[in-house]
Amino acid sequence: MLSSPSLMDTLFQRSLEDLIKGLRLHLPGTPTSNFISKNIEEIKKEIKSTDLNTKSIALQKLTYLHSLYGINMSNWASFHAIELTSSPFFGHKKVGYLAVSISFNSNTEVLLLLVNQLRKDLGSPCEFEVSLALETIGFVINQELAVNLIDNVFVLISSSKSFVRKKAIVTLLRVFEVYPDGIKVCFKRLVENLENGDVGCVSASVGVFCELAMREPRLCLPLAPEFYKILVDCRNNWVLIKVLKVFGKLAELEPRLGKKLVDPVCEHLRRTGAKSVVFECVRTIVSCLSEFDYALRLAVEKIREFLVDDDPNLKYLGLQGLSIVSRKCLWAVVENKDAVIKSLSDADVNIKSEALRLVMAMVSEDNVTEICKVLISYAIKSDPEFCNEILAAILSTCGSNVYELIIDFDWYISLLGEMARIQHCQKGEEIENQLIDIGMRVRDVRPELVRVGRDLLIDPALLGNPFIHRILSAAAWLCGEHVQFTKNPFEVMDALLQPRTNLLPASIRAVYIHSAFKVLSFCLHSYLLPNESASSWVDSDAGEPYLLSESEILETSNSSALNDDQIYEQRVLNLAEGASSIENVLDTNVAQEQSTLPLKKGLFTEESIKNLLSLVETALRPLSGSHEVEIQERVCNILGLIELMQGELPNSVIQGGENFEKGESKASDFIKLVHDAFSEDLGPISLSAQERVPIPDGLLLEENLNNLDKICGDIELPVSTSFSLGRPVSDKHDSVPLFNNHDKDESELSKESTSLLTEHRKRHGLYYLSSDKKEVVSDYYPLANEPETQGNANDVTEDLVKLTEQSFFPKKKPNHVKARPTVVKLDEADGRIPSVTKKLDSANTAISGAVQDVLLGNDTNPYSSQVKPSDKLSSNSKGKEKLHIGQSIELNEHTTVDKSELDSSRPKRNKKHKERKHRSSVKTAEDRDKNGLEDKQTSGHHHTRNKARHRADGDLKVVAQTPVIPDFLL
Amino acid sequence: MIRAVIVMNDQGKPRLLKFYHYQPVEKQHEIIRTIYGVLCSRADNVSNFVNAESIFGPDARLVYKTFATLYFVFVFDASENELAILDLMQVFVETLDKCFSNVCELDIVFNFNKVHTILDEIIVGGQVLETSSSEVVKAVDEISRLEKASNSIMRVPKSISAWQGR
Repeated sequence: MLSSPSLMDTLFQRSLEDLIKGLRLHLPGTPTSNFISKNIEEIKKEIKSTDLNTKSIALQKLTYLHSLYGINMSNWASFHAIELTSSPFFGHKKVGYLAVSISFNSNTEVLLLLVNQLRKDLGSPCEFEVSLALETIGFVINQELAVNLIDNVFVLISSSKSFVRKKAIVTLLRVFEVYPDGIKVCFKRLVENLENGDVGCVSASVGVFCELAMREPRLCLPLAPEFYKILVDCRNNWVLIKVLKVFGKLAELEPRLGKKLVDPVCEHLRRTGAKSVVFECVRTIVSCLSEFDYALRLAVEKIREFLVDDDPNLKYLGLQGLSIVSRKCLWAVVENKDAVIKSLSDADVNIKSEALRLVMAMVSEDNVTEICKVLISYAIKSDPEFCNEILAAILSTCGSNVYELIIDFDWYISLLGEMARIQHCQKGEEIENQLIDIGMRVRDVRPELVRVGRDLLIDPALLGNPFIHRILSAAAWLCGEHVQFTKNPFEVMDALLQPRTNLLPASIRAVYIHSAFKVLSFCLHSYLLPNESASSWVDSDAGEPYLLSESEILETSNSSALNDDQIYEQRVLNLAEGASSIENVLDTNVAQEQSTLPLKKGLFTEESIKNLLSLVETALRPLSGSHEVEIQERVCNILGLIELMQGELPNSVIQGGENFEKGESKASDFIKLVHDAFSEDLGPISLSAQERVPIPDGLLLEENLNNLDKICGDIELPVSTSFSLGRPVSDKHDSVPLFNNHDKDESELSKESTSLLTEHRKRHGLYYLSSDKKEVVSDYYPLANEPETQGNANDVTEDLVKLTEQSFFPKKKPNHVKARPTVVKLDEADGRIPSVTKKLDSANTAISGAVQDVLLGNDTNPYSSQVKPSDKLSSNSKGKEKLHIGQSIELNEHTTVDKSELDSSRPKRNKKHKERKHRSSVKTAEDRDKNGLEDKQTSGHHHTRNKARHRADGDLKVVAQTPVIPDFLL
Repeated sequence: MIRAVIVMNDQGKPRLLKFYHYQPVEKQHEIIRTIYGVLCSRADNVSNFVNAESIFGPDARLVYKTFATLYFVFVFDASENELAILDLMQVFVETLDKCFSNVCELDIVFNFNKVHTILDEIIVGGQVLETSSSEVVKAVDEISRLEKASNSIMRVPKSISAWQGR
């Protein structure tokens, strides 16, 4: 009766099972929080009970709720957990330690109260109490605890009970992590455990050394003989895997180990039936024994078995193994290309991306065309996510190292155009950058760029997809900048001003309008100054006028895109032929000059120019009130030009009549100015160009300009008449949120657009360019993103495998129609930015430092048994540590990241306007720069890469030779 | 080393959580939600590996396996072999099966402590210690016997006093 209220509590206390049943009564979805908080209240009372049994049940429940329901107990129940660990009863102790291991961390305040109990339990005669303490130490260890307990744990690693010993060994690893000096004391004993007869202990100590080797392989190098013995003798798969991992690390450091290793590893590979060991052997061989040909053959054979296995796990790992091989010997990948290609259409995303990575590794100058063709066809029929992964892979591979892989740029440009039309394409920004970048770097490809750009621009359906607005922006800019290459400027103008451009974000629309300005000024220039423009075309384009003769234009405007291609190709062929003999060049020049003159007369008639002007005016006049300043300014500029022209044009025509005296009017002077400004060629600009401009004397760049306001506050700045084309950064709001709607309504939208455009044509027919082209405007625009007809996927796959059958073998002599055009590269620094070296974290360095001490102290004879931590060693430790950090940094320095070329090209476009102004001053520096590099790069662009790689190899070897090698092994 | 062992059911409810490097509970549950999101989007016949670098940092690998209504998830780093960990999962599940004879989700729900005991015999401090399920069962039985012994000592006087109390 007197037995206290705690007894009553005990009687009615809910057990853990009751709690769980109560929780389960709540239907899924209904909140359990009330029930839980009621229970927490109970637990809070119960846990204060003096009865250990009540306390233990309460703590059990609390631990359960903490772990699985996220009720944080660490701030109020810690003390009770510690109290329970000191209970004489094993059951309570266990509950206490479980609570500690789940809710404590190394910073828990009451941890110090646990030290004595842990020490007591480590010394307990009951092995299960010892093991409880050891398990808990792993979760809560901090430096103070480690210093206090290391001796007790150390004693246990020579315990006679293997159950305790192996747990003590792995607990030591945790101790070393926070207290590296501990290694000095324990290292010898640990090594002894490697030769222990008990498999559990060997396994545990190999595991510990494997962890140490992962962090600092140098430490384990002197132990190579011991590991070698295990490798040869051991039949336990777990131990074998760990030893192979250790050797994988050691062989990187000490290349001479390979000779010793290769036979036992191959032996295991042949003998074992365990897939895990097979894979580990394969991984060891391909990552560090690849110089042994027969071993590599064997490994690749096993990989092949994995690849054709039905188990997706093995397939995945096989692909991973291949991608390790691919870094050194590509033949292994090429041999298995059918399996790799097939994996591209696997159901598993992991396998698909791994396969994609491998396919990209196979790309070379010779097969890039075929591989891209295959990949694009996969992209078209795969899900949006993987489709974009493919596109990203193509873009980054082809664009790497200033388009090193690309020989036929015309092909690559049309590939980029094709990508834009893929339904799920979201790589607009990347494609935009490459289009612009290529336009700047590769002069010869500009006509093709303009052709692809024009094809994209005239398709109204594309405007409905916000993901490719960036591409359109690039296309518009290219068509404007290089308008002299276009076959029909009127058509481009028509496309730039089509009504659906109102779907574009303001920044991109501004690019459209600015391009329209360029096109307009070009047309006017050609009309007013036909002679000059003809000669300028011929001059600037190395004798190739890109305007077709009149008849050809008529033909092309009516013909399909395919015909366009044919004609274009023929033209390219003509050019190639022409270049072969000087005579021919002269002939064609003469012929073309003759043909261009009538052409311009025919194309740029008074009528057509008038139509053009009124078209532009009608389309843009409403925008002059736009709230977007970029649009408004550009529209005002272009309208200003039109007004000026309309005043002057009739005069000039009357004046000029049939003769060419038009050139003397005011209008033509003005147009000439504008045209000259635009025809200035824009080249790529080095990242460091700005730095090379000498700062003029007396220019203070650092001075604060704040007080300028006072001086010239009342002076109005003159209105700028120049054009600035800001980088068309798409505003945040235009990118994502629109997507869903557009995507859903894609097909509807594009149909709608077709009708919209025709309707617009009907209504404002007067403003459209009329019979000039004599074409019947087709009402039907093919859907831009029309998905491929879904054929049988398997069939397609097989076809593709067949298709690629030959393409992956490097051809002996690539039959390129034409030589690779010059790609302007700027300087070595272009795109190569060394990454910040990263330091090893201090704990690891500390561990390595400590072990270094032990090892260096006795590496003349690693067997010199009992090494006591001598004073000499510890006094050395500081210096050694420093040395060590130095080495690791050295190693890391080679991992310089090649920053992609594209990034560096971005600011160029940005600065364009400024550059134009500063051109005169920059020019000399830049020219020097360009000349030097153009010479170099044709022969040298392969070399630079190899050189870099070579350098890295060389240094690695130097580092690798520093560690001490146990000679008896070699 | 092994970084975490997670058992959750096919509704994403955690049944066993063990993180070998401390994570606050809130973080643990966030991780569970992320992993569950990935797992339930995967089809049945695909590989058992998931790229976990975004969740656990570089070099982390995640292997999972489905048994009836439960996902078993192991997270580990480069010093473990992927296929060996798959075998280890098998060992873990076999051991559970031996301890509970025909294990099902309910056994794991109601035997929170025992499941932890079993796991602690297999993995200590992130290192795999024991891969033979019979050895584990032997140790676990011994531990349960010890626990019961201490409990029964407690129970006797309690039941007497309870009886006296009436």
